Parts: sequence; structure tokens; C-alpha cells
Amino acid sequence: MKIINKAQAGSFESSDILVMVEPSDAKGRNIEFSSTVGIQYGESILAEIHSVLDEMNVEDVQMIVNDKGALVPTIRARVETAITRGRGEQKGTLA
Amino acid sequence: MKKTKEFKRRSMLYIPGNNPAMLQQGGVYGADSLLLDLEDAVALNQKDAARTLVANMLQHNKYYDAELSVRVNHIDTPFGLADLEEIVPLQPHTIRFPKCETIEQLDKVLSIVEEIENKHNLPHNEMGIHAMIETALGVMNVYDIAGHSSRVDAITIGGQDLTSDMKVAAGKDGIGIDYARKRIVMAAKAHRIDVMDTVFADVDDDEGLRKETEYIKKIGFTGKAVINPRQIDIVHEVYIPSEKDVAKAMRIYQAYLKNKAAGIGVFAVDKKMVDKPVVERAMTTLSLADIDLNSIEY
Repeated sequence: MKIINKAQAGSFESSDILVMVEPSDAKGRNIEFSSTVGIQYGESILAEIHSVLDEMNVEDVQMIVNDKGALVPTIRARVETAITRGRGEQKGTLA
Repeated sequence: MKKTKEFKRRSMLYIPGNNPAMLQQGGVYGADSLLLDLEDAVALNQKDAARTLVANMLQHNKYYDAELSVRVNHIDTPFGLADLEEIVPLQPHTIRFPKCETIEQLDKVLSIVEEIENKHNLPHNEMGIHAMIETALGVMNVYDIAGHSSRVDAITIGGQDLTSDMKVAAGKDGIGIDYARKRIVMAAKAHRIDVMDTVFADVDDDEGLRKETEYIKKIGFTGKAVINPRQIDIVHEVYIPSEKDVAKAMRIYQAYLKNKAAGIGVFAVDKKMVDKPVVERAMTTLSLADIDLNSIEY
């Protein structure tokens, strides 16, 4: 269940969140995080990201996350898509 | 959850499936029905992202009282099966099947849907199917498609693809698709299911939209697809009956209840004969005016 590719999901559009992942040689999750609403909601957004990573059994990952005010369903979807693409497990799409 | 046949369906708002802002706000505009689109509104290399986003929206976002429909990709594309596998377990009110041309295609979709429902221990009678007619072949087969399964509780016409398939201009006069519109309406009426009209593409032409909506209401459409929230009110205004019409429908329905209690089938209201079809039209008018028929006394 390792991240084997550089991958990304989402966009810089308002209400979206851009999630980039890449394989990590180091142990653990290294998340570089920025958000337009970071002061108010940064902790809860990060908690949501970790929750999805837990559900997907992601232990070691390098992530860059740039949030533009995304809500929970969007945060969850973009992290899920980026990880699935990073694992090369995406289906029903064109590369 | 409301049964799919209980929705009014005057307006159906298209929402691109990979647009978080529009997806999260879709419920606030008052459309009767929302169409979360995984097909034409999504780039080919973002199909997976849109599918996952729509799935999460269905699970975590509130859409008030709107009917929720998801337009999946055609089953013969590389995306259709993955769409069904992700969306069917979440049981939106309906799945919209695009470019439906034959009952064989419909059977293929129904069979995959039921297989997924079996896998997830879900019933086969909750989620409806809307068949979208967008090609000349689909128009010619629409009567069979509309009546093929009890799960098909509405059919819709896709004007943009249909004019492209027919190689005619997609003009505002609608001449190119007029026969198709009427044939599709008649097929839906024959099977007693709903029928929705295509979008009006010029979002700056309010009068054009009103005129087209008045026309499609007259020829029998249940409602109309819209692509911009500002089009919703115009469509609803056309479909909401006037006070005069509601008052007349109320007189007819109350007279019907009174005469029914007395065992009389045909009677007169305002010096005009009233029989079953007239009562049914009055009931439709009252329903469109949001009046609960069970609350009416005579």
C-alpha cells in the first residue's frame, strides 16, 4: 500500500484543495500545509486529512496541501484521489 | 428518504461533478432536482477525481429536499462501470443513464446495478433510473425504453447531443428537435412516467427561457433541466398555476369529493361537465401549487 508515484488531485479554485503526494524514504507523514482559512480551521482540516490517511492505511508519505477553503467532503475526496493515484490504483479515468 | 416518484421535477439543475463550490452549494437554490454530473461536464483525465468527490458529497453534504440524481458515464465507455460501482452503493434517488438507445443497453445497466445492490445487500426498488434520449436511434426506440422496467420512472431528452447526432442546428426555435420532444413526451405519457426537457443554453436570455418553458409545458413535459441557478425561478414561475386556476381546481376537487361520497361519477362545476380526466387535471394543478390533496375537505 505504498505511494509509488508523484500524484495530485484538486485545484487552486475557491472551495477546493490541492493535494500533492510523493513517495517518502522517511518514516511517517510529512505534510506541508497552507490554507486561506488556516488560522481558524487549520487544525480541523489537518485532522480530516489524517483521518483519511488512517482509513487508507497510509503510514509514510510526503504531502503538500494547499487549501482554498474546502469543506469536509472535498478535503476527503481530494486526499483519497491523490493517494489512490499515488498508489497507481485509480480506475475508470484517462491518465 | 423520499421515494423518487414523490418529487415534483419542475426544474433539474446540472452541477459539474468535479466542481466543489457548485456541488456544496447546489441544494440552496431551490431546484426540485439536482443532477450531479460525471459525464459531459468532467474532463477525461479527471473522471476518478469527480467520481470520488461526488461520492463524498452524497455522504457528507446536505441537499435539503431536492431529488438527487447522478449522471454516470455510458456503460460502454471506460468510465461507466467504475461510476456505477462507486455511486450505486450510496443509493442516490436516481441514476441517470445517458445516450440510452436500446432496451439491450438498458438491460445491461439494470443488470450491473442489481449486481452491485446484491453485493451490498441493498433493495432493487429504492433507486430509480432515468433514461436519457440523445440520439436519433434512442428517439425511435423511446417507447420501448420508457416502458421496459419499473425502475425507469422518468425519461429525458438531451438536446445538445441529439442535434449533433441529427446534424441539425441547435437553434433557439427548437425546430430540429420538435418531433423528438413530442415523441418522447408521448412515450412517457403512455407509460405514466415523468419526462424532462433539455437545457436552455443561453443563460442571459431570460425571455427565451420563459418562452421555451411555456412551450414545453404545453406539450406535456414534467419539467426542464437548467444549467444556471438563476434559470430555476423562471421555470418554476411557468409551472406554478395561477390563482384563478388553483381556485377552479379546488372547486372541481371539492365537488368531486362530495359527489364521490354520494356515489355520483359525473357532475357539473361552473355549468361544465366534470368527469374523471377533468378531476385528474384538477389534482395535477393542486399538486403543482403545493396543496396537499389529503387536507382538502368538501
